Amino acid sequence: MLESYLKERLQSRKILLMTHIVLGYPSFDESYEVVKAMVESGVDLMELQIPFSEPMADGPVILRANQEALARGAKVSQCLEFADRVCSEFSIPFLFMTYYNILFKYGVASFAQAMTHSGIGGAIVPDLPPEEGKDYLEAMEHNRLSPIFIFSPSTSLERMRFLASLTKGFVYCVARTGVTGAQTSFSQDLQSYLTRCRAATSLPLALGFGVKDRADIDFLTGKVDIAVIGTQTIRLIQEKGVGAVGNFIAGLR
Amino acid sequence: MHDRGYYEEFGGAFIPEVLHATFDELEEAFRDARHDPRFWQDYETLMSTYSCRPTPLTYAENLTEHFGGARIYVKREDLNHTGAHKANNVMGQGLLVKRMGKKRVIAETGAGQHGVATATMAAKFGFDCTIYMGEVDVERQRPNVFWMERLGAQVIPVREGTRILKDAINEAFRDWVTHMETTHYVLGTACGPHPFPEMVSYFQSIVGQEAREQILEREGRLPARVYACVGGGSNALGIFHGFMNDGVELVGVEAGGKGIQSGLHASRLSSPDASVGVAQGYKTYFLQDGDGQMRETHSVAAGLDYVGVSPILAALKHRGRVRFEAATDEEVVQALALTVRKEGLIPALESAHAFVQAFKEAPLLSSRDIVLINQSGRGDKDIFTIADAFGDPKWQKFIMDKGEKYRA
Repeated sequence: MLESYLKERLQSRKILLMTHIVLGYPSFDESYEVVKAMVESGVDLMELQIPFSEPMADGPVILRANQEALARGAKVSQCLEFADRVCSEFSIPFLFMTYYNILFKYGVASFAQAMTHSGIGGAIVPDLPPEEGKDYLEAMEHNRLSPIFIFSPSTSLERMRFLASLTKGFVYCVARTGVTGAQTSFSQDLQSYLTRCRAATSLPLALGFGVKDRADIDFLTGKVDIAVIGTQTIRLIQEKGVGAVGNFIAGLR
Repeated sequence: MHDRGYYEEFGGAFIPEVLHATFDELEEAFRDARHDPRFWQDYETLMSTYSCRPTPLTYAENLTEHFGGARIYVKREDLNHTGAHKANNVMGQGLLVKRMGKKRVIAETGAGQHGVATATMAAKFGFDCTIYMGEVDVERQRPNVFWMERLGAQVIPVREGTRILKDAINEAFRDWVTHMETTHYVLGTACGPHPFPEMVSYFQSIVGQEAREQILEREGRLPARVYACVGGGSNALGIFHGFMNDGVELVGVEAGGKGIQSGLHASRLSSPDASVGVAQGYKTYFLQDGDGQMRETHSVAAGLDYVGVSPILAALKHRGRVRFEAATDEEVVQALALTVRKEGLIPALESAHAFVQAFKEAPLLSSRDIVLINQSGRGDKDIFTIADAFGDPKWQKFIMDKGEKYRA
């Protein structure tokens, strides 16, 4: 379902935009305002991060957003309610991004059911490799949800094929090693990695980690299907407030 | 698919994709080393020439008399170079890093002992070294920070989260996912993703091997009970290893902090406050809320102040092989004071947790029974923390006078 939406959308757009927010940061009301502004500015799909106290794969900006959301009392139940609301009000696909303990404590099967109930299309769980994800994969399959796995520059072609065989919707390719939010140099070096990604799967490819402005997106156009803007919008909210999001997104392509 | 390091339902390797190849490499290097008989020989030689292995087994005659029950023996891990059992794991991993050809090591540290041990190993083997330490711990363990820096390590205070051990672990992982090509992460305890729990307890098993031989040589029989403190669990697994297949009762003692009822503690296996979860790359009992968010922990001993516990110990609890108890901060300070006065031994605050439980039980055993306590580290290097725990006014005056002199 997600895959066909993306492929159809790619008929009319050269590159799609996926954005990332941390739920409850700075508050749930402001999270809602950000979603609204992003959808209205033409974002194609969104990752909604459920905050976790130990976000191992995130850099300082997203890490602090997680901590602040939790310090202000963000609960998993509120994130699910938030998902209900945005999925019913806006027509783009929404995904959950979070760490495995959130699903595990909720109960993986119940969590997948709750996602379906809300209308969430899939999930990105960066600390859950498929080898540990038997329950997760079964629950996602059962609820017709898209489990999205990650390629990294250190992933072999053979392993990419294995990961792609379990992924639905699209594959999330991280542009470099390291955590979210650090500098990425978008150069031709990226090309051989992306060629390997393409060889491994016919699924759409999303590229994230360090994508921050129009120049980066121009560079990625024609090379990947989806550009992921993560840390940059959170940084923007910190610096200029929620109101600055719409113009920023609209200016990206 | 290869072994993912499960102990019953606990353990595993919940790692981001970017580290997949690094863990494959580490697992292979560890497996090769384990199958190479020369590796363990090299390890023993290193530990007997650079550290003080085998460490002695001390008969605590005065404490035995004081309690009037079981004969009390103490395994002296405090006599390792750098002052704790941490050296066993660190030097072992150092040999592994040499085999892998990496040039840089990173580590987390709570009390600072693992950081000092890692910085020492890096100085000896010529590795670059970065230590991540929670800002709270940097403040309470300045002498250790001083030594790490003298040893050439860069000490990075971690200002995220609760600013203690678990946050330092997260930060070390963030460094590792960025620099895994050149860098090995020397995890300090038998926690984290596979193969760390197995690898760390393998190096620490030297403690139990020695202790078993030593007690048999001295007494011709095995102890009734073995006591060890449990933070992450590496010293406990080390000494328990020697007695796992014997009819010896194994007792792990966690940080009871200000009391289990207060909620201010770090008891994962001996309180009802913890539940099974997945964080920091592995599945075990964590002190967490209903949503799976990690809670704050408390202990007078920074080295026990941790939300998770070794998956191997979680499995041993399930199987009923190890009994877990908790000792409060107050009990710990009393047991430490008594041990210093009666035996002239200065256990670290961490190790003193094991003494508390042994002291509770020794009087109830017969004089034919033996109990063995693992003194995992020495306390004299933690003089600032221990002096605070004792609330010694003369020490406080000394520090204030010293402060005046620095200000002048």
